[in-house]
Amino acid sequence: MTQLDLIRNFSIVAHIDHGKSTLADRLIQMTGTVADRDMKAQMLDSMDIERERGITIKANTVRIEYPAKDGKTYILNLIDTPGHVDFAYEVSRSMRAVEGSLLVVDASQGVEAQTLANVYQAIDAGHDIVPVLNKIDLPAAEPDRVKAQIEDVIGIDASDAIPISAKSGLGIADVLEAIVTRLPPPKGDRDAPLKAMLVDSWYDAYLGVVVMIRVMDGVIRKGDRVRMMQTNAVYGIDKLAVLKPQMVDIAELGPGEIGIFTASIKQVRDTRVGDTITHERKGCETALPGFKPAQPVVFCGLFPVDANDFEPLRDAIEKLALNDASFSYEMETSAALGFGFRCGFLGLLHLEVIRDRLEREYDLDLITTAPSVVFKLHMKDGEVRDLHNPADMPDLTYIDHIEEPRIKATIMVPDEYLGDILKLCQDRRGIQLDLSYAGSRAMVVYDLPLAEVVFDFYDRLKSVTKGYASFDYTISEYREDFLVKMSILVNEEPVDALSMMVHRDRAEARGRAMVEKLKELIPRHMFKIPIQAAIGARVIARETLSAMRKDVTAKCYGGDATRKKKLLEKQKAGKKRMRQFGKVEIPQEAFISALKMDS
Amino acid sequence: MEDWQAAGFGLYVHWPFCQSKCPYCDFNSHVAAQIDQRRWAEAYIAEIKRTAALVPGRTLRTIFFGGGTPSLMEPETVEAVIQAALSSWNAANDIEITLEANPGSVEAARFAGYRQAGVNRVSLGVQALNDTDLRRLGRMHSVTEARAALDIAQASFDRVSFDLIYARQDQTLAQWEAELTEALRLSSGHLSLYQLTIEDGTVFGERHARGLLRGLPTEDLGADFFDLTQDLCNAAGMPAYEVSNHAKPGQEARHNLIYWQAGDYAGIGPGAHGRLTRDSVRFPTAAERTPGLWLAAAESPLGVTDMEHALTPEEQAIEYLLMGLRLSSGISLARLSAMLTHPYPATAIDDLESLGLVHVQEDVLSVTAKGRPLLNAVLEKLVGAL
Ligand SMILES: Nc1nc2c(ncn2[C@@H]2O[C@H](COP(=O)(O)OP(=O)(O)OP(=O)(O)O)[C@@H](O)[C@H]2O)c(=O)[nH]1
Ligand SMILES: C[S@@+](CC[C@H](N)C(=O)[O-])C[C@H]1O[C@@H](n2cnc3c(N)ncnc32)[C@H](O)[C@@H]1O
Ligand code: SF4
Ligand SMILES: [Mg+2]
Repeated sequence: MTQLDLIRNFSIVAHIDHGKSTLADRLIQMTGTVADRDMKAQMLDSMDIERERGITIKANTVRIEYPAKDGKTYILNLIDTPGHVDFAYEVSRSMRAVEGSLLVVDASQGVEAQTLANVYQAIDAGHDIVPVLNKIDLPAAEPDRVKAQIEDVIGIDASDAIPISAKSGLGIADVLEAIVTRLPPPKGDRDAPLKAMLVDSWYDAYLGVVVMIRVMDGVIRKGDRVRMMQTNAVYGIDKLAVLKPQMVDIAELGPGEIGIFTASIKQVRDTRVGDTITHERKGCETALPGFKPAQPVVFCGLFPVDANDFEPLRDAIEKLALNDASFSYEMETSAALGFGFRCGFLGLLHLEVIRDRLEREYDLDLITTAPSVVFKLHMKDGEVRDLHNPADMPDLTYIDHIEEPRIKATIMVPDEYLGDILKLCQDRRGIQLDLSYAGSRAMVVYDLPLAEVVFDFYDRLKSVTKGYASFDYTISEYREDFLVKMSILVNEEPVDALSMMVHRDRAEARGRAMVEKLKELIPRHMFKIPIQAAIGARVIARETLSAMRKDVTAKCYGGDATRKKKLLEKQKAGKKRMRQFGKVEIPQEAFISALKMDS
Repeated sequence: MEDWQAAGFGLYVHWPFCQSKCPYCDFNSHVAAQIDQRRWAEAYIAEIKRTAALVPGRTLRTIFFGGGTPSLMEPETVEAVIQAALSSWNAANDIEITLEANPGSVEAARFAGYRQAGVNRVSLGVQALNDTDLRRLGRMHSVTEARAALDIAQASFDRVSFDLIYARQDQTLAQWEAELTEALRLSSGHLSLYQLTIEDGTVFGERHARGLLRGLPTEDLGADFFDLTQDLCNAAGMPAYEVSNHAKPGQEARHNLIYWQAGDYAGIGPGAHGRLTRDSVRFPTAAERTPGLWLAAAESPLGVTDMEHALTPEEQAIEYLLMGLRLSSGISLARLSAMLTHPYPATAIDDLESLGLVHVQEDVLSVTAKGRPLLNAVLEKLVGAL
């Protein structure tokens, strides 16, 4: 057990790519938590997909020991958080477990949209904040200008912001010292009944359900019987450990400490992020306030390519949801696709990440239906219905009007790209709310329909500004508009999984883009295939995929029989990623790709 | 009657050496500095004898020397192998003995010797009738040499075929039309016309993967090439009896028909495959591919050929579909169902028939002229329905 004043808990927050994970690497390395030979870049980004995409998706916690200049050794619990807007829930959740934040700002880029969003969250969580100016090794770094910007735009004191290079290690000693001297120790009462916050949980193939906690009051020990206050489930602690970052067993955790336990938890549903854990007997009276649940904004159907994989899919989704409280799911059936799940996500990247993880970590092949936001249908009889799935759209004669979610988007962009940004927002039915300047960077605020932003706005934004713009948004309200359901017909048959809600004025353009894209995504068949977009019975766009003309092996003699057989098996494996609609096979990627617009 | 008897029994002999390696070729062929032909002859003979012990008493309908470049074999080597085969099995009266030859002058000089050894059919790898394309295909011979070799071959053997590769880089339909017309004029009854295939593990395959192989036809142009080829050959009275093989009626390659009709064949030599039926069970055989290792194995007491894993009924049916539907004459549904031990499902056929891609007449299932260029897709459906 560690004395409270020798503990510091903090999160590292920043805009995407400003160097949080690299800074975490240096802190881990400088304190000798991990031997040099075992270090690798962004070592906390341990998932394959984090490493491939070079971004953090899950918040990660590490306990390090730091012998400070005052001669005492401190226990530091650091939480590295993701920067991308789709994973903002990870950040807000993490902040509840700690008392301070290191605000990292890339000194060559300056304050960006998520810098703002994250720092405001930290302030809301009551954190003390230490600003850190990273990447000062870059020739383009302008630490002084960025300091001024932090003060102007964010409004916090940046006079003792610490200049560092997380890459080279410059300034890391100052960061460690500042953590100890400028961030507060946690509070808590060792003698009070146990009160611990369930910060995170995940499924481990060997250990089963692993639960991460932050102890507020009291002490938890191996062997203790504990109760989850929301679900009332009771378990005995099998293993108690801290993450360094690998698990190291520990006898007990006291106030202010962060660690993990396992308890032979069978019911994945018993562990809810934000829940309070106490002892079965002599427990605490009141639970912690819990976390505000995340509000999924993009929905899509996930179906197994092979109908027999429904149960494995259910199992996989439950286990993954354990690790990601921001994702929601419920069972769904579709005429064409059979049994699956309607899932909610915080954005399209989040959707892609979850789908990827399900496929890789649980070895499933999935069909993703066209993503959609939630529309509100105001029926003529006064009822208001949520429409999560365009396929469920009732007959128009019963509908009075339809509302869609709108967002307030904040975009920061260098002056020279402002024109492109304004055009992009205008094209997406945006209404400009504000435009201001901080130096040569413009900050524009737009009111936009969420549906126009969710799929590819972020990608477009990055490409029209060569990556120099940043973007953040919050949902503002529901508003009526002229919205219609556009269906897609492939070979004269409607494909529900591709239908979508669109603004009437944009329907032709979207329909045209969709059918053109599908024409490229669907492979040629032995017959020609009309691909149409329609509103009701009216076709608004049409393309024809011509029939396959040649697919024949030129030479096939004695030795080739075996080879040909193998080839056929390989083709069959490729076909696994296709789904049959009537006589047509549609590749699984088509459902999302078709929605990404090129203009 | 055992199933293989529908097509009969043949012997394939693989000679794995060439003078140089062509950039498109993924055959088991190697360039060797020195070849001890006596040793090779002995090894082939030993293997033939061992195989004959596994399937004794057969009537041998055909022998095929393939490669590599079998026209690098000394006529004595060829003769020794033929003699071993003829003394191991009963030769059919009209036995067909084919040798693949490259159309260089050195090879042509051996033709008389081959004829003496018993070869009665030659297949020449002409590949192109213009020198620019021959060079781009990495061939060692010129058009003049090829024509001379063809003349000598036609004078020396009853039956002569030659191969052309088309849909080459930058080739136009008009150029191919002229070239094929010329080829049809030169032909004495059999032609193999292959669309250039880019194979993995070849020089072309490598270049293609790096995006450096330009001027290859698109799918649509490839289809136009194929259609043009069918039209010209049909008009010349040499329709396709197989996807890439054209013959005047009666001039078909009988050896290759054994493969396509799912007969039995012994495969002798490095990398050679065979299909052998014993006690009504069909076994695939595949020999070691590396020439040196094969030679050592053939010289060892155990030999090369092993017959461990029989083909399952389903595998046999797949092979019959894959091979048999290449033929214009198609396959027997009764034979297919017998292999499967249950009737082949009709629904798969119905769909394809309604698209005009296959045709059923009584017991015969065949791929139509419209379906032939899409054969792989058709097969995928038919095999998928198994
Ligand atoms: N030159 C330079 N590059 C740095 C420095 N710190 C980080 N980088 C680079 O910046 C990129 C992003 O670094 P990360 O540590 O992954 O950034 P992050 O903030 O964790 O990113 P997300 O987790 O995706 O939000 C990587 O290519 C790093 O190598 C630095 O001090 N100097
Ligand atoms: C066993 S090969 C070679 C016979 C002989 N060595 C020769 O090259 O003339 C038989 C035929 O297959 C054809 N062939 C080989 N590789 C090919 C490819 N990649 N694409 C198309 N045809 C090919 C050639 O026409 C060749 O003549
Ligand atoms: S094409 Fe013929 S000559 Fe060329 S390498 Fe292949 S087998 Fe040898
Ligand atoms: Mg990171």
